[in-house]
Amino acid sequence: MLRATLKSLLARKLRLVLSGLAVVLGVMFVSGSFVLTDTLSRSFDKVFGDVYALTDVGVSAAPKLDVGEMDGETAPATLPAAVVERVRAVPGVASATGLVAADGARVIGADGKVLQSFGPPRLGENWTGENELLQLRSGRGPQADDEIALNADAAARAGLAVGDSVGVLTLAPKQQFTLVGTFGYSGGRDSLGGSQEVMFTTPVAQRLMLGEPGVFTEITVTAADGVAPAELRDDIAAALGAGFQVRTGEQLAEDSAAGLQEGLSFFTRILLGFAAVALFVGIFLILNTFSIIVAQRTRELALLRALGANRRQVIGSVLVEALVIGFVAAILGLAAGVGAGAALAWAFGTFGAGGLQLAGVGLPMSAVVSAFAVGVVVTVVAAVLPAIRASRIPPVAALQEVATPDRPLTAISVAGALVTAAGGAGLALGMAQESLTLLFGGVLTVFIGVALLTPLVSRPVVGALGRLFAWSVPGRLGRLNSGRNPRRTAITAAALMVGIALVTGVTVVMDSAKSSLAAQAEDAIKAEVMISGEQTGPRPPTFDAAVLERAAAVPGVRAVAGVWNDVAEVGGELQYVNAADDLARLADVYGATAATGSLATLRPDQAVLSTDEAAERGLAVGATMTVQLAKGEERTYTVAGTYADGDLPGSILLPAAAAADFGIAQPVLGFVRLADGATVASVLPAVSALVADSPEVSAIDRSAFIEQQTAGFDQVITMIQILLGLAILIAVLGVVNTLALSVLERTRELGLLRAVGLGRAQTMRMITVEAVVIAVFGALLGVVVGAGLGWAMVEGLSSEGIDKLVLPWQQMGVYLGLAALVGVVAAVVPSIRAARLNVLGAIAHE
Amino acid sequence: MTAQSQAAAARADDVWKVYGTGEAGVTALRGVSLSVGRGRFTAIMGPSGSGKSTLMHCLAGLDTVTRGEVFVGDTRVSGLGDKALTRLRRDKIGFIFQQFNLLPTLTAEENIRLPLDIAGRKADPQWWDTVIATVGLADRLRHRPAQLSGGQQQRVACARALVGRPEVIFADEPTGNLDSRSGAEVLGFLRDSVRAHGQTIVMVTHDPVAASYADRVVFLADGALVSELDDPTAEDVLDTMKHLDVLVGAA
Ligand SMILES: Nc1ncnc2c1ncn2[C@@H]1O[C@H](COP(=O)(O)OP(=O)(O)OP(=O)(O)O)[C@@H](O)[C@H]1O
Ligand SMILES: [Mg+2]
Repeated sequence: MLRATLKSLLARKLRLVLSGLAVVLGVMFVSGSFVLTDTLSRSFDKVFGDVYALTDVGVSAAPKLDVGEMDGETAPATLPAAVVERVRAVPGVASATGLVAADGARVIGADGKVLQSFGPPRLGENWTGENELLQLRSGRGPQADDEIALNADAAARAGLAVGDSVGVLTLAPKQQFTLVGTFGYSGGRDSLGGSQEVMFTTPVAQRLMLGEPGVFTEITVTAADGVAPAELRDDIAAALGAGFQVRTGEQLAEDSAAGLQEGLSFFTRILLGFAAVALFVGIFLILNTFSIIVAQRTRELALLRALGANRRQVIGSVLVEALVIGFVAAILGLAAGVGAGAALAWAFGTFGAGGLQLAGVGLPMSAVVSAFAVGVVVTVVAAVLPAIRASRIPPVAALQEVATPDRPLTAISVAGALVTAAGGAGLALGMAQESLTLLFGGVLTVFIGVALLTPLVSRPVVGALGRLFAWSVPGRLGRLNSGRNPRRTAITAAALMVGIALVTGVTVVMDSAKSSLAAQAEDAIKAEVMISGEQTGPRPPTFDAAVLERAAAVPGVRAVAGVWNDVAEVGGELQYVNAADDLARLADVYGATAATGSLATLRPDQAVLSTDEAAERGLAVGATMTVQLAKGEERTYTVAGTYADGDLPGSILLPAAAAADFGIAQPVLGFVRLADGATVASVLPAVSALVADSPEVSAIDRSAFIEQQTAGFDQVITMIQILLGLAILIAVLGVVNTLALSVLERTRELGLLRAVGLGRAQTMRMITVEAVVIAVFGALLGVVVGAGLGWAMVEGLSSEGIDKLVLPWQQMGVYLGLAALVGVVAAVVPSIRAARLNVLGAIAHE
Repeated sequence: MTAQSQAAAARADDVWKVYGTGEAGVTALRGVSLSVGRGRFTAIMGPSGSGKSTLMHCLAGLDTVTRGEVFVGDTRVSGLGDKALTRLRRDKIGFIFQQFNLLPTLTAEENIRLPLDIAGRKADPQWWDTVIATVGLADRLRHRPAQLSGGQQQRVACARALVGRPEVIFADEPTGNLDSRSGAEVLGFLRDSVRAHGQTIVMVTHDPVAASYADRVVFLADGALVSELDDPTAEDVLDTMKHLDVLVGAA
């Protein structure tokens, strides 16, 4: 029995390739994700290892807020210089050096623009001389207060050379320095993991990066000969007492890497989510392939049954075939995944992080295990149903004409309706409980349900779609062929539906959110001119606070309000908070009124909340809340008033005094309201001139501001379209597969058609019409289901302020058009095969 | 010669057909010359493997000849490209196969019209009615092949071949899958269409009774024409068949 299976498997190589390809692609995505993150994580481990290689023990202050670098850490805790002396006095310490290192040193390049970072920090540090890790490439280290040195990668990307005058944004607004040196790292590296490093003299670094003279962020200690780092660590910790973090170099490297690891694992989870979608689509494809194969092998299987094989052996024979395909596909997918992961890691290192030196590409166990688990399990699961169907073939079928009886669709449709309903319930529940797992499960269940319902809808819809082509004989034949086997058409189309539905759904939600926010902003904001910039990294763009005062003095300006932003711990939870220079003025430029209490200028111990935030925290006017900012001690604020959501920026607004303790000490947004009679055109140039020294931001009108603030939505849509492209690609393979197998199955029919005079071109047109009808049907389903899912999500999010349903008609049209194109492309190979059939051979084909 | 070629609906001139090459080569036809008279019902007979189907395929332009020439009407078939061959089959030839003659997705009527539709021609309504009446399918036109019996399916195939009034109809064992009664019906139509409407038909068969419906029977043995009979009876055919071995030996 096994030998018969393997023989028939090898005899059908094409089938093997086609059905295996879907699994290969899915496995490639999964294992590629693991290889990519494994390579990146080991590369970063090495970076941190190097950074702390020269440190035996590091001392830092316990941070005020436990915010990781990846979560937007803005202000590290500081140590007074006296601590350095105390550490130095501990026996066994060979040297102790105070270091300053903080994110937020933004270099202005030769083109006048701020050198961007899409993740790695932009560190401002104090120059402590060369060492084994850090070596000068040109010039020297900074010696005067107006001198800096830059790491070679940053200098090159900024287009700067030694001797140039460089503007740097820090806690202070733009200041000019002279670039006196560039440096690199051991091993010929120009940067460590893409970080930008600006070296100041120690006093300047303390003032500009920490905002306080005579403090450090860390003390790096080397041990005297013969002293173990762990011992020294304990000695120093004992000598300093509480309030300090004392770690060995190894621990420091591990802790730093762990923070990044978390970011990477989030990234992995996203990639795996998309891989899951791709595999989900792959299941449809394999299920379909096996169903067709079983249908085609009806006689062969019946013959086996007639010869005495029992049902279990028949099931076994189909499952063995699946197992072999799954196994081979897993191996190929794993190989392709290693290739893809390595290529992406290389691309990331080269383009993304400015010269991350990659650790060698490895084969992580997770990639191997997941490749085989996923490849084999997915294939076998997809083959179970067809296998059971195969076992039900009666032996007499061997003697009959192969005719797949048109089984009624009642049972499958009822099941489909039930599953769809269950999925909808899961979706609703997921939304109510804000459970992503339930939500995701609900969506997938809906897809399965709709897929089960698809055969039922396929008859009328495919018939109607096909009518578009029915003006020619090949068109009519193609249309009839596509409606011929509702189940087969349905599964093929359903595979395409999944990807397109997800893209459409996301687009609906994003477009709805975007236009809801835009409309709210349009309604809420009275200000006509904004000072703002596009955020690309974890840190928002800022500008000189003095701009606000000067803007207020511009003729035609009625009022100007600035907003500061940072992460803080409010009532024990991390969240973003805003501060206003003057709440009354902010309320004026926004045109906001208080819901309860008042929106008058805040006293230093007062704050206002949005109504939702207040309700969630159970706070009313007069109540108090505790806030720990990036710097300073924990403070208590009294709620002075509340405002409707969206009436003012953010959900917690603190007084001007609080901004001084923000890690990002400069305003992120400025709102300018014009006096009666003044026009945007007359004021904008003057305000633009004021922000010339703050190149991260610009002065823009309201519509440009709204566009800028919602630009992120479009990026998310594009990203999801790209990631779901793979699922759609697999679905296209499905169309190719179905067509190829159908052509094979209808060889004799094709021979007959050619014998009675159907030309080659007509034959190709017939197959193409069939493909286009199936693909457009799938896209149509996807667009409809996606719009439905999107609508459900928007409904569920209405409490979050998304109150407008926007259906992206244009995009939906594009998807349908693309589907037609996909159909044409998918038909190329099968139709050429069909047209090339030898007429005689086809007629005689068994 | 001119007169003869005008009268011939299809003609083979010293046709050789070799499948494969070298040692493994099989010579299916060895110098067959045959002229199929216009408006005549010709049957090709011979033992299994004698080359009947091969000859028919070559005559119909479904297969290429190794040597020699084939004409359908005035058209020289050997050397035509796929496009021209397709057009030839579409416009000048009708086919009836032993089985699998109909597209399962089309109704009987659509199947009958198929060659005309492909060519973009309209059926002559009078001729259409005649054909449908002759094959007796008037009340079955809306049915799909799966809903028809084997005999009915073959009658649909006959109607399809007849309705375009091709130069010549080729039929390869059209009754091979039918019981004698249905077979007799189908053969009856074929003969009637020749007698009443001047259709030309070439039929390959194993069955002496089927052959007796023809105006002329030619006998193939081992790839060569060995004998022929005009207006045969079933007994004549059977006799000739019995003596084929002898005839082959003589040839
Ligand atoms: N495609 C092919 N390749 C090789 N040999 C072939 C091929 N087709 C036919 N033959 C050989 O050519 C010879 C004639 O075959 P053909 O099919 O014409 O016989 P036939 O008279 O129609 O037989 P039957 O009555 O069994 O249908 C046979 O020996 C056959 O094996
Ligand atoms: Mg034959």
